[in-house]
Amino acid sequence: MKVNGRQIVLLLYLGFLLLPIYWLVNMSFQTTEEILGTFSLVPEKFTLANYRMIFTDSSWYMGYINSIKYVLLNTVISLSVALPAAYAFSRFRFLGDKHMFFWLLTNRMSPPAVFLLPFFNFYQTVGLFDTHIAVALAHCLFNVPLAVWILEGFMSGIPREIDETAFIDGYSFPRFFFTIFIPLVKAGIGVTAFFCFMFSWVELLLARTLTTVNAKPIAATMTRTISAAGMDWGGLAAAGVLTMIPGAIVIWFVRNYMAKGFALGRV
Amino acid sequence: MEKWDDNKAWFLVLPVFLVVAFSAIIPLMTVVNYSVQDIMAPGQGIFVGPEWYREVLHDPRLHEAFLRQLIYSFTVLAIEIPLGIAVALTLPSKGWKVSACLVLLALPLLIPWNVVGTIWVVFSRPDIGLAGVTINELLGIPYNYTADPMDSWLTVVIMDIWHWTPLVVLLCYAGLQAIPEAYYQAAKIDGASRWAVFRFIQLPKMRGVLMIAVLLRFMDSFMIYTEPFVLTGGGPGNSTTFLSQFLTKMAIGQFDLGPAAAFSLIYFLVILLLSYIFYTVITNLGKGVAK
Repeated sequence: MKVNGRQIVLLLYLGFLLLPIYWLVNMSFQTTEEILGTFSLVPEKFTLANYRMIFTDSSWYMGYINSIKYVLLNTVISLSVALPAAYAFSRFRFLGDKHMFFWLLTNRMSPPAVFLLPFFNFYQTVGLFDTHIAVALAHCLFNVPLAVWILEGFMSGIPREIDETAFIDGYSFPRFFFTIFIPLVKAGIGVTAFFCFMFSWVELLLARTLTTVNAKPIAATMTRTISAAGMDWGGLAAAGVLTMIPGAIVIWFVRNYMAKGFALGRV
Repeated sequence: MEKWDDNKAWFLVLPVFLVVAFSAIIPLMTVVNYSVQDIMAPGQGIFVGPEWYREVLHDPRLHEAFLRQLIYSFTVLAIEIPLGIAVALTLPSKGWKVSACLVLLALPLLIPWNVVGTIWVVFSRPDIGLAGVTINELLGIPYNYTADPMDSWLTVVIMDIWHWTPLVVLLCYAGLQAIPEAYYQAAKIDGASRWAVFRFIQLPKMRGVLMIAVLLRFMDSFMIYTEPFVLTGGGPGNSTTFLSQFLTKMAIGQFDLGPAAAFSLIYFLVILLLSYIFYTVITNLGKGVAK
């Protein structure tokens, strides 16, 4: 294998990418005393105590379960409302279609910090405060526009003749949509699911504002540790490493389609 | 593709409208409401009209935060976009290596934002962090991101580059994959240089995905909050206090709801305006390039 300039650039970049992650993994296998006491490139006293602590303490592992719950809820809601809408945007011209599309995107541009207090009040008023569905619905604000955007690209890449043929053959719209069209945009659904999962998983501000105990996400559990006296760096590092795993699993499933969605269709 | 004219398509869009409106409209109206009232206690407000807007627009601290935000967002865009394109060009085009690279690239994107901050806290600490120790001991450059405003700012920028360049890479890679092989063959027959291939084939074909990359990166960097909050807490001094942090301090720290709400709306409009400008500029740039 010959090594050329391009590969060197790529390797350097991947090194830059992986070093901070390596440092986190390295720390997660150390005791807090070792982390703070000595500078070591590999754990001197290799320990799994940090991970054991997380898997045995319910205030820690419930954080992961809560996060996964609302992330999955959000992905399902985002996909099920975005699929018909993306179809409408890719196939039809209708009154106010461009305005609607733009309005959806503007919701992605509103800084979450703007909405914190009103969200808190609003969800408390409607009685959804501290539930998984509240976070899932709040995250729809930035995930649904993105989902419509990506799916519309995939759907525009599918020739309209397929729709026309199906309707001539006597398919009703729902039957056509579910049995013919959805299987055709499978890849797009996978990619969209990945992006919804990703943005909902990493978001902290809204999730933390809308929950206290029952639906508290893992990211918020970690901030609690940060503020506690005598920071538990080892536990924090182990928790951080574990937050990467669900996403990495999802990405493995969509890796071959991940990049394709955006290249299709119009912008 | 010619589209069908049919207003019944609205029924298909209705669910999206309802779900987004549920979370968007009432909270937004609440913000509008706050922005024109002086709130003494919950439920007790006096209508003050545009007073908060006037106050916020003349606040010198806000001007500083705004300027800092602009410089930050443009720095980040100016580095991430070219770097993203460059890395996308170096990615292999097929085989297991692509899968491996894509999975590795996506890792930083999947880390919760406060964890990203935590990673960089420990990575850059001058006493126990790999980067901190390396820069101080091996390179002999004094570096302390908690004390020196410039170091602090640079650390936030590098953290953002680390965190978000992969998104640009993924998008550009998608654009590159969509170029038919025939284009490259034609270029080879014409004896086109590597640069010419990039300038006249790859770059124009990436316009669509670059637009998405620029817009997403602009919006998100302009709203950045969690990462610098964890890493530097906005300091030292105000060197890394960006708009979102300023706003949160105002709304929650000092409980100045009226001015904070007025500021929120101005903030939102600025993002809207700048996104629109980016959109128009990139669309028009494309027209000058031969397709």
